[in-house]
Amino acid sequence: MQIFSCPFCGPRPEPEFHFGGEAGNDRPVGGALVPEGEWAAYLHLRHNPKGSTREIWMHRTCLEVFVMERDTVTMQAAPGVALGGPT
Amino acid sequence: MTRRYSALALLKEGLTGQKGWQPAWDDRPLRPRYDIVIIGGGGHGLATAYYLARTHGITNVAVIEKGWLGGGNTGRNTTVVRSNYFFPESVRLYDLSLKLYEKLSIELNYNIMLSQRGMVSIAHTPSEMEMSARVVNAMQINGTDAELLDADGVRKRLPIHHGGPDARYPALGGIWQGRAGTARHDAVAWGYARAASRLGVDIIQQCEVEDFIIEGGRCRGLCTSRGEVRADRVGMAVAGHSSALAAKAGFRLPVTSYALQACVSEPVKPILDTVVLSPGTGTYASQSDKGEIVIGGALDRVPSYGQRGNLPVLETVVAGLLEMFPAFRQLTLMRQWAGIVDVVPDSSPILGESPLPGLFLDCGWGTGGFKAIPAGGTLLAHLLATGQHHDISRPFDLDRFHTGRLVDEAAGSGIAH
Amino acid sequence: MSAYRLDEGGEIDRARPLSFTYDGRPVQGFVGDSYASALMASGDMVLGRSFKYRRPRGIFGAGVEEPNIHADIRLNGRVHLNQRVTTEPAQDGAMLRACGAAPGARTDRTRFVDLFARFIPSGFYYKTFMRPNWHLFEPSIRAMAGLGRIDASQTDDMPGEQRNHHCDAVVVGAGPVGIAAALMLAEAGDSVLLCDDATRPGGSLLSRAARIDGMDGGEWLALALIRLQAAGVRLLTRTTAFGVYDHGLIALNQRRDGQPDLLWRVRPRRIVLAAGAIERPLPFDRNDLPGVLSAQAALIYLRRHAVVPGRRLCVATNNDSGEEVARAMQAAGAEVALIDYRKGTTIIGARGRGRVTGVTVSSGQRIGCDAVLVSGGFTPTIHLHAQSGGKLDWDAGILAFVPRPGTSAVVTVGGAAGHFSLAEAFAALPEALAMGKAPQAEPQPYRVTEAWPKPGMKGRVWIDYQHDVTTKDIELARRENFTSVEHLKRYTTLGMATDQGKTSNLQGLALMGALSGRAIPEVGTTTYRPPFTPVPLASLAGPRGATRMNPVRRLALEARHRAAGAVLGEYGGWLRPVHYGPDDAAILAEARRARATVGVFDASPLGKIEVMGRDAAEFLDFVYYNTMSTLAPGRCRYGFMLTEGGIVMDDGVLVRLDDGRFIVSCSSSHVASVHAMLEEWRQDRYPDRQIWIHDATAETATVTVTGPRALSVLARAGIETGDLAHMATGWATLEGEELRVTRVSFTGDRSYELSIRQDLAPSLWDRVIAAAKAEGGGPLGIEALMILRAEKGFVVIGKDTDGMTRPMDLGSDAPLRRKAADFLGRRSLTLPEASRPDRNQLVGLVPTDGKGALPTGAHGVEMRGGARRSIGYVTSSYPGAAVPHPVALGLIERGAQRHGEEITLYHLGVPRRARLVAPCFLDPNGDRLDA
Repeated sequence: MQIFSCPFCGPRPEPEFHFGGEAGNDRPVGGALVPEGEWAAYLHLRHNPKGSTREIWMHRTCLEVFVMERDTVTMQAAPGVALGGPT
Repeated sequence: MTRRYSALALLKEGLTGQKGWQPAWDDRPLRPRYDIVIIGGGGHGLATAYYLARTHGITNVAVIEKGWLGGGNTGRNTTVVRSNYFFPESVRLYDLSLKLYEKLSIELNYNIMLSQRGMVSIAHTPSEMEMSARVVNAMQINGTDAELLDADGVRKRLPIHHGGPDARYPALGGIWQGRAGTARHDAVAWGYARAASRLGVDIIQQCEVEDFIIEGGRCRGLCTSRGEVRADRVGMAVAGHSSALAAKAGFRLPVTSYALQACVSEPVKPILDTVVLSPGTGTYASQSDKGEIVIGGALDRVPSYGQRGNLPVLETVVAGLLEMFPAFRQLTLMRQWAGIVDVVPDSSPILGESPLPGLFLDCGWGTGGFKAIPAGGTLLAHLLATGQHHDISRPFDLDRFHTGRLVDEAAGSGIAH
Repeated sequence: MSAYRLDEGGEIDRARPLSFTYDGRPVQGFVGDSYASALMASGDMVLGRSFKYRRPRGIFGAGVEEPNIHADIRLNGRVHLNQRVTTEPAQDGAMLRACGAAPGARTDRTRFVDLFARFIPSGFYYKTFMRPNWHLFEPSIRAMAGLGRIDASQTDDMPGEQRNHHCDAVVVGAGPVGIAAALMLAEAGDSVLLCDDATRPGGSLLSRAARIDGMDGGEWLALALIRLQAAGVRLLTRTTAFGVYDHGLIALNQRRDGQPDLLWRVRPRRIVLAAGAIERPLPFDRNDLPGVLSAQAALIYLRRHAVVPGRRLCVATNNDSGEEVARAMQAAGAEVALIDYRKGTTIIGARGRGRVTGVTVSSGQRIGCDAVLVSGGFTPTIHLHAQSGGKLDWDAGILAFVPRPGTSAVVTVGGAAGHFSLAEAFAALPEALAMGKAPQAEPQPYRVTEAWPKPGMKGRVWIDYQHDVTTKDIELARRENFTSVEHLKRYTTLGMATDQGKTSNLQGLALMGALSGRAIPEVGTTTYRPPFTPVPLASLAGPRGATRMNPVRRLALEARHRAAGAVLGEYGGWLRPVHYGPDDAAILAEARRARATVGVFDASPLGKIEVMGRDAAEFLDFVYYNTMSTLAPGRCRYGFMLTEGGIVMDDGVLVRLDDGRFIVSCSSSHVASVHAMLEEWRQDRYPDRQIWIHDATAETATVTVTGPRALSVLARAGIETGDLAHMATGWATLEGEELRVTRVSFTGDRSYELSIRQDLAPSLWDRVIAAAKAEGGGPLGIEALMILRAEKGFVVIGKDTDGMTRPMDLGSDAPLRRKAADFLGRRSLTLPEASRPDRNQLVGLVPTDGKGALPTGAHGVEMRGGARRSIGYVTSSYPGAAVPHPVALGLIERGAQRHGEEITLYHLGVPRRARLVAPCFLDPNGDRLDA
């Protein structure tokens, strides 16, 4: 059982968390004018890195959405950081 | 020297000290050039090489594998084969595979131990029964075998299942596919490897791709740990590592890699004669021919290349099994492992040319790649031999993520994939 | 009967004899015996059969490493499968049956199979059984495989228990080094958990002589145990540390008498591995004969259980430890021949029928004996180190793989670290623990010579006892190019039995190395994974099960429903009234009554997520497909929420209470996901804005009153709403508490949703039901409600929509045209896929063949090119309540353009006919809303 650290609640067990996708996959700006390819990439394409990664996670207990740096090979996880940056 | 496998061969070699058996595949050095190079020595890659040689007559082929043959997901799955899918495109794909599996042992002269013992997917609520009817009808219309079972039908096939009206997950009925079952995973890999090697394909293990050779905007070959190799076309069948290689080739895929755990109990005398899935508990199980109960369930939903999962998912999967079969409390867990599965948003594979011309993909099978090995091999071989899609693979091209025309199995069938 | 019991000594209690049966034969023993020691003392030698060749087998080891003898143990009416006789304490009255042998180990019916051994080497099943197909042969193979036999009638075993534990240190292995480490840590103030899989702590001190701190090993142990207790060390026996997992979790399985096993999940700051080392067998022809056993195991049987394995013994060893065993056996009265491989003598082969009667050594000499005690060296038990990613180095001095320090969070000490001398092990402790002062022991040398199986060894030389893998099988694997260590394992099945190769892996890979010109470290090991020894499934499942498995949520009004005779069913994770009364004919009756007068429905699981703040309206415009900011306070609007892919994720009514206060009324099965989605977008896109979100679903009960008499019912119940328009919301009071009255309709009739704090639900329900009954109405179950909404064509997301349905497919395209602001999923709605002409669209269906309601899940079909093709399917289907014919909804290709068309449907081979119509069968103008 892994332990992830919610910036709001602190260290909690892994079933309390939900993976929200890769960090940095920002919603394209432009509404209807966003090119199809860019929108499709936003919806579907991923880096899926082998090794260090920066991810969005949600702590389901308190619903805090935050950024967590992890390693997908060693499974090490840094404490989560609030979306707006460290407080 | 005994090349052909048979009972007679066993008799002859048994009398002469087993000295005449030949290597299942030859070790050959990596040559600097081939017509086609396939990255990935798992079931899909090896099947592709076999069909290139056998169906298309292209034997100047190399399969390169960074570890040992069949050491990835092919050696780690729960051995289930089936074609109980919803969309006509999917049924055509998986049923092609099942039909190829049905003839494979004889074709490869290698017993892959295909056991078509059937599969029950249990419906626990009236709404699940409605979804089951929807899927059974889809399967029948699309030309594969399916039956909608009622509670009695489930009970007959699973006498030890705890599914009466008082159970947490009563069995109201379910989907039955009689032709579904299991096959020996290692045998599939080794069988294809042996057949391909005999047809002249080079199989090179401990050979890792370090980079792609891209010239004029096309993939011309690979830089590997054993040197450079050039080819007219390159195929890639590396499952959970697809994104890592795609990154080297300069594109992204709609893939996230997760650990999928599986485990076996200690072997016991025959007690479970069919494959069973309970969407309610999320657990599925079968009994191997050695007697082990083979157990699987949901992913560890934490992106991972670690080939291992953690206790919460394992505990949930095992709890689901015991809820279905309380007598299995008498069992112990003997061995557990995990693969790296390449999960795609619509739970359907990716077959077709990649954004790098000359590089062709067979990936995105997620948790369901083993049953598709013969089809994946056939279709990737077709792509590599002709540069074009086979009819069956076209709907699964990567461009469906651009157009939005996904083949969303979970969405259509109502059963989580 | 050559093994015998000494009159004195050992841990057994000679005053407390016991007896059990083995394959029906009575066996005597004492409290303190394991089944193995009692069986050994009884002289019973053939206790099992090997997996493939059905060869007679006897006990080899004394612990979890035992490869040969498993029994199903029946005790107190319960069976325990596949138990190793070496690890289970003997119990009076137990009935043991050798696993995998029928009728018994001595008389196994299939023992003739060994005659054909040469024709069934490793992997033989890949080379035959192809014609006609595997199915012909599979049943017999399956019947011969498997160890124990599940008792299908035993379904009430107790659930396993689980415990989470934090402490400073877990020490695995309570031998002398583990105990010393635990003492050093605990006496310095650490909280320590010390575990050992044996029935008593002490490890090697229970059987081997030692001098520690000037004392006898036994004396030191007794004092150490007192100190452990004084230092507050938690000592768990019969407890196996089976796995180390990510983020420093170590999992233990504790056996407990008369109780289910306990799974410990422990998160210590430090893990110390002191699990010792496992003795290896020696390779020679017929080294699998009963009577060939591990020298250390024999010493354990002697010292702990006072059993001598025979009167004439051979002790064969390639290292120092064998000498102590030989001396101990001599002192116990046995005649001992010591065969020391370091002096150049080796055993070439053993002989005997069904049990060993002698050996032939390399000089040609033949030695008669009752048992052969073998020691081929020791393999450190490094599994937990390797599981946590630790690397191994080959130590050529001791011929073993040892942990490479610094490559794992687990600290390995003692025999597990390759320190086979206590003096060396203790001396290394302070550095390993980075603290403390260790005991001192007298140095003992460990000199070992190679005794690996060699290519071309004569005869049948066993490597993996349980799976019957011999040197010839490994040579075959090499010949067929299965030379990597993983291929070797999978092809021969070496190391894949229940003992997971504890006494065989290294010899196998050493031989493969010799065959392929590689040194042992070049061949490498297979991956180490949990569990170290098999873990009961019940331990892993813990208390999850029955009502504790995905517990269903209960309504505050459940007692009221049950009292009214409701049949309850699970919907979206809630237990809700299906219908009232035992007969499902009640469904149509409830629906008709609600159309005629009034129905009262418990809508409490309906989502009520409050979205509040100055910027709430702008936020809701983003998350909804429809424009919501124009909604006036006091009004309601029906809308969809989409995924970014443009797929309908949920539908529901948005209620605006005032400028900055909304209630998102989402479907009951989607509350958690909608709430999470709202929070995710709020935090990501509007982090500094004035928006607060609160899920009030569980704390609010909702009762729906629907039907022509609804307004009268409210008046009778004393609920004053003023003149509330349809799709408006207001407030009333009930017994002084706030009651929200929202006039929305899921039935097409005049309808009011009454929401109150959930503890007041019974009060509200009682009033409303009494009023309803006075108006000729009554309660309304879910199935009846489903009919009413279907008559109006109101969809249920996830039932009448699938994961590809977009709002236009449901007939809603106006909001997209009229809305200027961006919203979730907008861009996807203008992709080509969203306007593909042959999309599935929501449509109504009326059967035209007179055969009753259409089956849900039936597909519309058409013929194309001679083949049948699905054009969509029926998603909801019911008999009509107010509508005089059956009604159905479905998603059919181009359904919206095909009203009036008759189509063929297919259901399990049976054709049906139906006409496609607009998805609304009743009152399309909505007059009933104001009736």
